[in-house]
Formats: sequence, C-alpha cells, structure tokens
Amino acid sequence: VFDVDVAVTNPEKVVQFKDTSLPMFRSKAFTVRRRYSDFLGLYEKLSVKQSLLGCIIPPPPEKSVVGMTKVKVGMDDPSSVEFVERRRAALERYLQRVVSHPSLLQDPDVREFLEREELPRAVSTQALSGAGFLKMINKASDAVNKMTIKMNESDTWFEDKFQEVENEEQQLRKLHALVDSLVNHRKELCGNTAVFAKSMAMLGNSEDNTALSRALSQLAEVEDKMEQLHQEQAASDFFIFEELLADYIRLLGAMRGCFDQRMRAWQRWQEAQSTLQKKREAEAKLLWANKPDKLQQAKDEITEWEARVTQYERDFDRVGMTVRKEVLRFEKEKAKDFKSQIIKYLEAMLQSQQRLIKFWEAFLPEAKAIA
Amino acid sequence: MFHEVGGGGGGGGGGGGGGGVTDLTVRQGANQSAEEGASWLYTFIIGVVGLFVDLPPTMTSSIDESSKEKMRSVSVDLNHDASLLIDIPDALCERDKVKFTVHTKTTLSSFQKPEFSVPRQHEDFIWLHDTLVETEDYAGLIIPPAPPKPDFESPREKMHKLGEGEATMTKDEYTKMKQELEAEYLAVFKKTVQVHEVFLQRLSSHPTLSKDRNFQIFLEYDQDLSVRRKNAKEMFGGFFKNMVKSADEVLISGIKEVDDFFEQEKTFLLDYYSKIKDSTAKAEKMTRAHKNIADDYIHVSATLNSLSADDSTANKKHLEKLADLFEKLRKVEGRVASDQELKLTELLRYYMRDIQAAKDLLYRRARALADYENSNKALDKARLKSKDIPQAEEHQQHCLQKFDKLSESGKKELTSFKGRRVVAFRKNLIEMAELEIKHAKNNVTLLQGCIDQLKNN
Repeated sequence: VFDVDVAVTNPEKVVQFKDTSLPMFRSKAFTVRRRYSDFLGLYEKLSVKQSLLGCIIPPPPEKSVVGMTKVKVGMDDPSSVEFVERRRAALERYLQRVVSHPSLLQDPDVREFLEREELPRAVSTQALSGAGFLKMINKASDAVNKMTIKMNESDTWFEDKFQEVENEEQQLRKLHALVDSLVNHRKELCGNTAVFAKSMAMLGNSEDNTALSRALSQLAEVEDKMEQLHQEQAASDFFIFEELLADYIRLLGAMRGCFDQRMRAWQRWQEAQSTLQKKREAEAKLLWANKPDKLQQAKDEITEWEARVTQYERDFDRVGMTVRKEVLRFEKEKAKDFKSQIIKYLEAMLQSQQRLIKFWEAFLPEAKAIA
Repeated sequence: MFHEVGGGGGGGGGGGGGGGVTDLTVRQGANQSAEEGASWLYTFIIGVVGLFVDLPPTMTSSIDESSKEKMRSVSVDLNHDASLLIDIPDALCERDKVKFTVHTKTTLSSFQKPEFSVPRQHEDFIWLHDTLVETEDYAGLIIPPAPPKPDFESPREKMHKLGEGEATMTKDEYTKMKQELEAEYLAVFKKTVQVHEVFLQRLSSHPTLSKDRNFQIFLEYDQDLSVRRKNAKEMFGGFFKNMVKSADEVLISGIKEVDDFFEQEKTFLLDYYSKIKDSTAKAEKMTRAHKNIADDYIHVSATLNSLSADDSTANKKHLEKLADLFEKLRKVEGRVASDQELKLTELLRYYMRDIQAAKDLLYRRARALADYENSNKALDKARLKSKDIPQAEEHQQHCLQKFDKLSESGKKELTSFKGRRVVAFRKNLIEMAELEIKHAKNNVTLLQGCIDQLKNN
C-alpha cells in the first residue's frame, strides 16, 4: 500500500507531494514547477505509449483560448479568477488520477514529470486542445467503423460494455448541461438577492416608524448574507458537481478510446492473417511456376508473417484482458469518486443551510420587536 | 367555512404541500384550446378554506395552521365584526376568466337575508371600487385599492413551454413538471382570490364604506352586474381615473401646504411609494429565480434516475439516492419560493397599492385646497368689482367646509393606515422568517439523511 498525494497550487502551477513512501522517488516530499503545456505533454506521451496496451489514460482539462487570454491580460474579474481556480483544480484531479493508476505510476515519463527540476518544453500540443482531443477519439472510431471485416464476438461483454459507456456518456452530457443551467440560475438568484437587499435598505431608510425601519434594515442585511450563501452554493454546484460530470465525460471518452484500441489490435491481427494468406498463395504460385530462387524469399516471408500473426493475436488477447481489467478498475474508482464528491457537495449544502437558519433566527427577534 | 368540492381529498391543508388547498379538482376542458399549440386546458375548481382570524374553534382545528397562515398574508384584523362577515369560499377558473363566489353573513337589517352568495367577476369589483372613488362623500377616505386583474400569464407561458418540451422529457419528468405547473396555477389562483377577498373585507370593516349602497348591491344583487357596469362607464367615461394618474404628482407636490402633518405625510408617501414599488419588482425577480432552481432540480433528478437505471456498477445506488434527494429538495425549494412570494412580494405589492390609495386621498385634499384658494381669489375679485359678493362668499364657505372635512377625515385615515401597515409588516416578516427557518431545517434533515445513507453503504 502506497500513498502518493499530489496538489497543484496556483499560480505557477506548483506540484507538491506529500507522504510518498515509494522507494522509487528520491525524497518524501517535494515541489516542482510545471506549465499547463507540460501537463498536456505528459498526456500526449502516455497516450502514444499506452495506446497499444489498452489502458484508460485520464485526460487533462482542455485548452481554453478565451479563458487564458483574459488571465494573461491580467484581468482580476471574478470570471478570470474562477477560470484559474477551475483549471488548477482540474489539473490536480488529473494528476491524482494518473498517480493512482498502478501502471501509470510506474511509467518513467510520469516520474520525470513529478520529479525533474526542469522539463524540456512540450511541443506539438495543439492536438490536445479540446477539439483536438475529440478529433483523436473520433478518428479511432471512424477507423473502426470502416472495418470491412466485422468482428465476431464470442463474448458479448465488450459490445455490451461499449454500448453502456456510450449511453452513459450521453446521459452525463445531458446532466452536465442541466447542472450548468442550475449554476446560472443560482448566480441569477445571487444577483437578484443583492439588488433586492439594496432596495430593502432604501425602503428601511424611508420608513418613518422607527422599529419597522430598523427591522427592514436588518432584513436587508439578512438578504445580503443570503446573497453570500447563494454565491457559495453556486461555486459548490460548479466546482464539485458540474466539474465531476465534466471529468467523467472526458474519462468515458478515454474509455471508448481504449475499446477502439482493442478493435485496432484485432484489425491488425486480421490484416496480418490476410497478408499471410496472400504470402502462402504467392508461394503456391511460385511452386507451380517452378522459380526456386524466389521460393526461398517467399518461405522467409511466410515465416515472418506467421510470427507476426502469432504476435498480433497475443497482443489482441492481452489488450482485451487489459481493457477488461481497466474497465473494472475504472468502475470501482468511479463509484468511489462519485460517492466522495457527492458527499462533499451535500455537506457543503448542509452547512449553507445551517448558516441560513442562524441568519433568520437572528432576524426573528428584530421582526418581533416591531411595534 | 370548510367547503368540499367534488371528489377531492378532504383533510386539512397540504401538510407541507404547496399551500392550504384542501380540494383541487382539475378537469380537462370540454373544448381543447387551439391557441398556440397548447394541448390541454384546465378547469380549476378550488375549494378554498375560509381564511380568517375568527373561525369558530371547531373549524380551526381541522385546518392546517400553516395553510391558514399562508393564505392570510396581508389581511389583519379584518372580518371580525359579526354584523357583516364576507368571504370568498370558492372560485371557478375557466380560460383565465375567474368567477368568484362572494358569500355574506350578516345581522344587519339593511340586507334582505341573513346569509347569501352571489357570483361575481373581476370587472364587478372594479366597478365597485370606481364608484366608491368617484363618490364625493368619500373624498376624505382612503379607498381600499382595487384588486389587480387575475394574471395567469406566467403559468400559461410555462404550460406552453412544457407542451413544446414534452418530447425531450421522460414520462416521470413530464409528470413532475406538470405538477409544478399546476401548483403555480394554483398559487396565482389563490393569490387572486385572496386579494379580491381582502378588498371586500376592507370595505366591510370600514365604518363608513360598509354602509355604501353600491357595496350592498354588490353583495346582494343576484343578477348580473354588467348592466350597471356599462352605465357607470358611460357616466364617468374613465376620465376621472386618467386625470388622477397624470395630475396627482404635480398637484400634490406643487401645492403650498398649510398643515405640518400633511406636509410630512406628503413627503413621506411620495418617497415611500417609489421605494416600495422598486422593492416589489426586485422581490418578484428573486422569487422567479428560486422557482427556476426548483425546476432545475426536477430535471436533474430525472436524469440521475435515468443514469441510475442503466447503471450496473456500485455507482447505481449513489445516483439513485442523489436523484431521490433532488426530488425532495425541489419541493422544499418550491415552497421557499411561494412563501417568499406570499409573505414578502405580495405584502410589498399590497402596500404599494395602498399607498397609492393614500396618495389619491392627498390629491383630493390638495384639489380641495386649490379650489378653496381659487374661491378666495374669486371672492376678492367680487369684492373689488362689488358684484355677486354673496354668491362668492357662499362658494368660499362651501370650499372651506369641504377642505376642512377632508383634512379632518384624511388625518384620521392616514394615522390608522400607518398603524395598519406596521402591524401587517410585523406579522408577515415574522411569518416569513419562521417559514425560512422551517424549510431550511427540513433541508438539513433531508441532506443529513442522504449523507448518512451514502456513508453507511
């Protein structure tokens, strides 16, 4: 049992570690500075390497031209602040998922990312903008769809699971949009409450009955506090709930990607078999035509392709097994993740309601004092 | 008066439901409305529980306290004079036209029967209000503001949207949205019944206005009032009302005030009116946002249910519990919205209109003062010309008397208005705070329950 904790703090995207008891790391706790493009670079490296193996690689948060431009210009407005926090939290979750994956943790690129003082600048990360990432996934799917030989699954597990994943992703997208709407309505409520509080304060000033005037001013203060609560709730709706959904929409995309990897492995095996078949036919033709010099070459090629077919079949089986393992691991992690995030979300909501009670309980005697 | 209608569920209140509606019979209209693609039409028959302070003890015990509270929002100290008791025990809503049943119980001999009911439309209330406003004798009184026209625009728009979005929702989601919509129709409906009822009760509890002949006709006349309404329109032509609207600000602020009390009142009322109008609009926006959130919760809950249904992993029950929680939370959120509306928005709105009525009184007094000053000038002119002096003197005396009468009565009215306003605010602010606390405590229980369930799994 090991423990690797990563934290990403802003603004220079410092990556911190605590309590690592793994012998592979140089020291117990250390800090490195990383750029956003470094995170993308890591993902790219892992994708290329692991793609043949069937692992589910957690994707990093997408690039955002709008968000980053604002931040670069140095704007201090709430939406920029929100964007920076959103990215920081997403990068942290991304890293945590990477290090909690037993195979990925062993990967030298991951270790280099975590430990090395200075990383060479990552290039060619354009492919990994949000649109780029989707394109990659879709390209793989297209390749699969274009396959002329349809796979005959003896075990429907893969087909069924793939369908499940597609459905789930669709529903999550729907839910994500709904939660986004909720966040916006919550922010609207926030604004409306602030405006109402001011209006109530003005009314209180206008009121000629002293006790009522005081009570109205107190009401204005309570509504001000409510605005604060609504704002915090909106942040919670977004950062805990909505971002959880966004993460899993990306992760399910990655999972679909790894199913496609398995299909590609199968395809490669089938193509090798068909090439082998062609080689054998060619050999037969040569035997007939009685061309002994070319015959040896043909035999060599057959041997080569027989080896490939065997290799590719083994690869395909191995990828299949990895995918299965990965999916099960993923499902377990997802259930844990959802549970802990949901609890976090609900606990925040609970605290908010408890504070709300205190505010109104403090107001009640003021209202009763009106005479 | 506990009125049961059709096969509705009896029993007290909504037990924490959208309000204290005891029975609600919703029937599909005979003619499907073809307007704007809406595919159904509702006919509401609502049994509204009699609301007020003086219900006999046996009745009160069978009515949910909170539902009584909910409905009795702005009426304070009304309807407790047994000589004339008025209420609106039920109303019928058909295609946005509301028919109120006005029920009267009286010991006064001026009425033909001790107890009776008549059907009335909104326009009849307006007719009554306008005739009171235009009665010279009542110029020194604050005429209770006319109830606003029943406005079903908001739920109607929602119904339209719901019809359009039906295809994209699950059956469950659609049912819940329809429930919310029905609750909203109901809320608008209850509001309009209440506001019409309060208008009548303000009249019945006023020493002078309760004796008005037209008021009696309104309560008693068992035929259609539309003929009288038409005559009234012809007589006054709506001219006076328009005049009041445009002229009062200028006149009230322009006149040189002789009395400190009225000077202060004028300043206060003009300022307060603009502030309370603003607050009313802002409170309305706040309530709307709450309602939107409650609606979002419905959709979130439905989608979580879909996810959970198709989930074969350990996550299934997490999603299920969360879906269930959101469904419960949305009911609470809906109630927070409607309570805030009733206790806060409606309170502000009512007193905004009441203050307008008080301003109208100031206007009439200012006009009487202007008349008096003009009569003085006319008298001076007559004296100068030595012509028609007795008429001028008589006219001047007449104006002075009118002005003094208005001032005296006006002072009394405005003073009692102050007291009334303060009492109503106190009551409603207390109730609103108590309801906010109640709903938040409910939320806490629901949230804690769900958290515990999740942790224990």
